[in-house]
Amino acid sequence: MSTYEYVPEQPLIKGKHNFSSITALVGDLVEKPAPAGWYIAFGIAVTLLAVLLGSIGYLVWEGTGIWGLNNPVGWGWAIVNFVWWVGIGHAGTLISAILFLFRQDWRTAINRFAEAMTIFAVICALVFPGIHVGRIWVAYWMFPLPNQMGMWPNFNSPLLWDVFAVGTYFTVSLLFWFVGLVPDFATLRDRVKSKVGRIVYGIFALGWRGGNRQWQNYEKAYMILAGLATPLVLSVHTIVSFDFAVSIVPGWHTTIFPPYFVAGAVFSGFAMVLTLMIIARKIYGLSDIMSDDHIEKMNIVLMTTGSMVGFAYIMEFFIAWYGAVEYERFAFINRAFGPYAWAYWTMMACNVFSPQFFWSKKLRRSVGFTFFISIVVNIGMWFERFVITVTSLANDYLPSAWDYYTPTLFDASTYIGTFGLFFTFFLLFLRFFPMVAIAEVKMIMPQADPHYYDKHDHAEVNEKQTV
Amino acid sequence: MSQLFPKWANKIPLQLQIALAVKLIAIVFGVTYFFSPKFTDVGYAPEQVVPYSHRLHVGQLGIDCQYCHTTVKVSAKAAIPPTATCMNCHSQIKPDSPKLEKVRESWANDVPVEWTRVHMLPDYAMFNHSAHINVGVGCESCHGRVDRMEVVTQKQPLSMSWCIDCHRNPAPNLRPVSEVTTMGWTAPENPQAFGEKIIKAKNIHAPTYCNGCHY
Repeated sequence: MSTYEYVPEQPLIKGKHNFSSITALVGDLVEKPAPAGWYIAFGIAVTLLAVLLGSIGYLVWEGTGIWGLNNPVGWGWAIVNFVWWVGIGHAGTLISAILFLFRQDWRTAINRFAEAMTIFAVICALVFPGIHVGRIWVAYWMFPLPNQMGMWPNFNSPLLWDVFAVGTYFTVSLLFWFVGLVPDFATLRDRVKSKVGRIVYGIFALGWRGGNRQWQNYEKAYMILAGLATPLVLSVHTIVSFDFAVSIVPGWHTTIFPPYFVAGAVFSGFAMVLTLMIIARKIYGLSDIMSDDHIEKMNIVLMTTGSMVGFAYIMEFFIAWYGAVEYERFAFINRAFGPYAWAYWTMMACNVFSPQFFWSKKLRRSVGFTFFISIVVNIGMWFERFVITVTSLANDYLPSAWDYYTPTLFDASTYIGTFGLFFTFFLLFLRFFPMVAIAEVKMIMPQADPHYYDKHDHAEVNEKQTV
Repeated sequence: MSQLFPKWANKIPLQLQIALAVKLIAIVFGVTYFFSPKFTDVGYAPEQVVPYSHRLHVGQLGIDCQYCHTTVKVSAKAAIPPTATCMNCHSQIKPDSPKLEKVRESWANDVPVEWTRVHMLPDYAMFNHSAHINVGVGCESCHGRVDRMEVVTQKQPLSMSWCIDCHRNPAPNLRPVSEVTTMGWTAPENPQAFGEKIIKAKNIHAPTYCNGCHY
């Protein structure tokens, strides 16, 4: 029988921190003036937001004809961008809900702003189904409301399931985020100097005093919401994938879509969290909380989900061959070698090959390299949705109906504009919200162990346990 | 530290939730009721350039609808009569009436009278008069008792759900084709049973799919 040596886990918080220094580290970011870079970034974000609003305004005025949509490609960038943004949101929920249920303590460093990212990404995603309908003033037809037409939305349609799936997802994510924020808002309420700040944070702190009863209720509520959010991580992108999989278009009608979309969503979401985290921790000096260990763990997730996505790409090809349906075979050969081969191989390079670098421990601990790959992955995941949507529509059953899809300037300006929307929200969040879950980080510090201050050593504790 | 909020602030979250829920429900039902054609369109009775009275011409004199609306049985539109139709009688009857000034003007200058349309459907909804008349939907079923109208008034909402309601169960609104222009017609027996006989005899399938009307 061999013996194993107990290797204590690396402390999650680097540096010599105690409770008050953590509070000060995060709280000061809100209380002290913002760095100059913040104002520059905010200016750019608001400018891009104006571009988005302008593009939407012109779309409403002129109609969806300003986009590159035409027969046979009736679904273009709008759905590509929608799926891409919703996918990005998934990492936040995975980190906050699933990793919470699995007691992955390292999540506490990043869950707050990963959840913020989720909410803002879902807002960006929701822009597209809202505006793509053309007659935007009847967008409320998506909801089952009583009306003079005596009509209900088509409950057979996955597009309607989407409305409910994403709507539920947004609501639960927002609630989850807010519940987690309550104790930290209370901390800020007690720290900020200005009267207005105290009142505003006080309103959102909901009268939190940090009493025993409150903590007990809080932790139960948080657990329940984590339980509610967990199935949503899997269900939302499953239903998004149904938008494609339930149809009979070759290349879309595949049962592998739900798991493959969920893996892709988590993949792109983690890449986005990494991108944001690496910038934020550098600018705000949070490397003690969001350490290189976190980057390494997230890179492992990236590598795993990237490989799952790669497996799905290859499996699609296998099934197309094995299924022996002529149209299906053509759809996939056309993807890899047809008019959109450039998009396909961009996707393969970014999503399947690039995460494989993380087999190397050195590379997955390299901040610069991780940052680079995180951006590459998100480019790749955008192209994945582009390849799925466009190649299948551009070349389907009838060769006489084939055409090449080209986006217009307004497709691009709307997409770029959503970054303005996202970063406007995100920068406001960084400025006014506690960007790290202060209370939760404290729970995972060594000082939070009830025996931390014991004079007695570990021997006695172990004896008691063996009785 | 002094209290940030007074004691009554404790009640605000609950009050907000109740107010929000009430407002949301009020908005949905407010829009459903006040924005529906039942509220906005029913009772529309624009003043016409010529004060033509259906009550006099149809109710008292007993002119059939088709005397003026000639194309109703053969075409999608029921046709607004040309000035010539008026002049058939009014070249002899009350030729000097001041109420007919505009009609005489139209006749002399060969310019149509500008009637104001009362029953208006959106351009994307196709309604065909002949399809309805020839299976026995009476004029009054949609237009009301025109024989009692001094000024033509919209009596039915012409909303989509109103159309669909009848298309799902047309029987109570059916009558023999010979009676379509009759005002105040009543079924000789239970209207539902009587209508079902007509449905069977005429093999009626009122469409409820989208491109029954939107094409």
